[in-house]
Amino acid sequence: MSEIAIDARGLTRRFGKFVAVNDVTFHVAQGEVFGFLGANGAGKTTAMRMLIGLLAPSAGSATVAGHDVEHDAEAVRRRIGYMSQKFSLYDDLTVQENITLYGGIYGLSNAQIAQRTHALLGRIGLEHARTELVRRIPLGWKQQLALSVALLHEPKVVFLDEPTGGVDPITRRRFWELIYETAATGTAVLVTTHYLDEAEYCDRLSIMVDGAIAAMGTPAEVKDRFEATSLDEVFLRLTRPGAA
Amino acid sequence: MSAFSGFVRKETYHILRDRQTFWILLLMPLVQVLLFGYAVRTDVSNVRVAIVDPTPSTATRALAARFAASSRFQVMAVYPTTALLDAGFRSGTLRQAIVLPRDAERLMGGTGAVPIQLITDAADPNTGSVMQAYATAIIQRWFTESTARPGGVRFDLSTRMRYNPTLESVNLFVPGLIALVLTIISAMMTAISITREKETGTMEMLLVSPLHPWAIVAGKVAPYVVMGFANVLLALGAARLVFGMPMRGNIVLLLSECLLYILTSLALGIVISTQSSTQRTAMIAALAGLLLPTLMLSGFIFPLESMPTPLRLLTNIVPARWFLLIVRGIMVKGAGLATLWRETVILFGMTALLLVMGARRLAIRLD
Repeated sequence: MSEIAIDARGLTRRFGKFVAVNDVTFHVAQGEVFGFLGANGAGKTTAMRMLIGLLAPSAGSATVAGHDVEHDAEAVRRRIGYMSQKFSLYDDLTVQENITLYGGIYGLSNAQIAQRTHALLGRIGLEHARTELVRRIPLGWKQQLALSVALLHEPKVVFLDEPTGGVDPITRRRFWELIYETAATGTAVLVTTHYLDEAEYCDRLSIMVDGAIAAMGTPAEVKDRFEATSLDEVFLRLTRPGAA
Repeated sequence: MSAFSGFVRKETYHILRDRQTFWILLLMPLVQVLLFGYAVRTDVSNVRVAIVDPTPSTATRALAARFAASSRFQVMAVYPTTALLDAGFRSGTLRQAIVLPRDAERLMGGTGAVPIQLITDAADPNTGSVMQAYATAIIQRWFTESTARPGGVRFDLSTRMRYNPTLESVNLFVPGLIALVLTIISAMMTAISITREKETGTMEMLLVSPLHPWAIVAGKVAPYVVMGFANVLLALGAARLVFGMPMRGNIVLLLSECLLYILTSLALGIVISTQSSTQRTAMIAALAGLLLPTLMLSGFIFPLESMPTPLRLLTNIVPARWFLLIVRGIMVKGAGLATLWRETVILFGMTALLLVMGARRLAIRLD
């Protein structure tokens, strides 16, 4: 097995009496695309927030890119990229200004920013809109831009929280191509999603139910274990045991 | 450092690109100083007056001429009877009326009392009494000159002449206005701009980034420090040039104290933003939690001395209260740090406390 990018051991988060994430253990290798599935409120986002240092674990521990998320948060932050389910670029800045801002925050030199801007915009076909305010470009492109910006500093691990919400199927496809390209360079990708067809694209996935991992493995493994023909079926059986 | 300067640049773009808000914020203090200076004066001018004179004569015409000659009065009509007065007062075409007796000239030549009635619209009691004083003065002078009667009680009510109320109110309201404007710009705008980032999700991106929480806070407030300072200069400039407000103390000390108060307001804004998750909440919190105390509990509008004890104790935690003491002390009394060090230390302490509170809350997490 190749190098470990994310290593979560018994990760737990309580809010008062409510256990949002319960004893979650998993790992993700460099270059792997790992899917995080689950119904709303299953604990995906909470688990992700602990991994990126926005929330402290109540119990358990995790390392990301080789650094402990709780005690070495600074080092983790420099090595990760993150795209939240909310659109997270500045609407009133131009495409270029957004890129320059994030590049600067991650300590890239001006030459690096210029060179990567060029590559990035070329890849998503947005060169013509470089000086356009982000507010004025279509949503599909915005999402691709947000992902590209999250990748600007070439992080070792990328966290994507429902990145394809509200975009059309063609853009989603394009989005996943970007994810694959990223993984091919050795970056680990952890992605949460509602779309089960997208889950099929993942190298491995986990399905969370009530804060715990109910199934984990490659899409084929998971389907085999539940003797199901599709992930849809697995998902329904896990989240609504009475049905199906 | 380049990460930080990039961040400040971005924040400046936010402010500059929202043109309307930018101009409103920049010009608000100027407009307010001018408004307060011209509108909120207790002096009167152009009082619309009518004279009721049943038997016109040389002497009574002289009275109308005196009123007409005064820039404070405007003689609307000379009526033979009082019949039209009521309607005039009710519609607002008249603010004052002087009712002379029948055969006024003859009575003035005699030795008995001359009954003259002065009616004033006192819907606003303050201007009412001022109008009354001016009119009384004119009538007095006219009466003395046209009768040449020896003796008689003379009393001059022209207290206004010795004491320019406009100038005095500038001294009072400019420091309060600066406090008010800085509260709006520094505290409210900071709170709104930080909560906007929380709402749009960009704050998460920043917190996940290697930027230190202190750098995020500093980067967000830096442009507003500049903006607030520009406002102080505009407000002081207008007060000085247009209304001739005195500047008896040290200008450097005054500006430094203003800078300190800007920081206090910014810190308040940060604390508010950590408590509110939407821009609307932040705005209401800033209005109710900051603007009202700054108006009511700082000594700007209501004197602290006349407040009931519990309320007066409460004013101690209102930063504007200390800021007002400092600004009035420096500008009007020419006081220096030797007399104002206590107020300065208090403001300083408040600022430090609020900044630490705000940055810690912001750093901890978003939800």
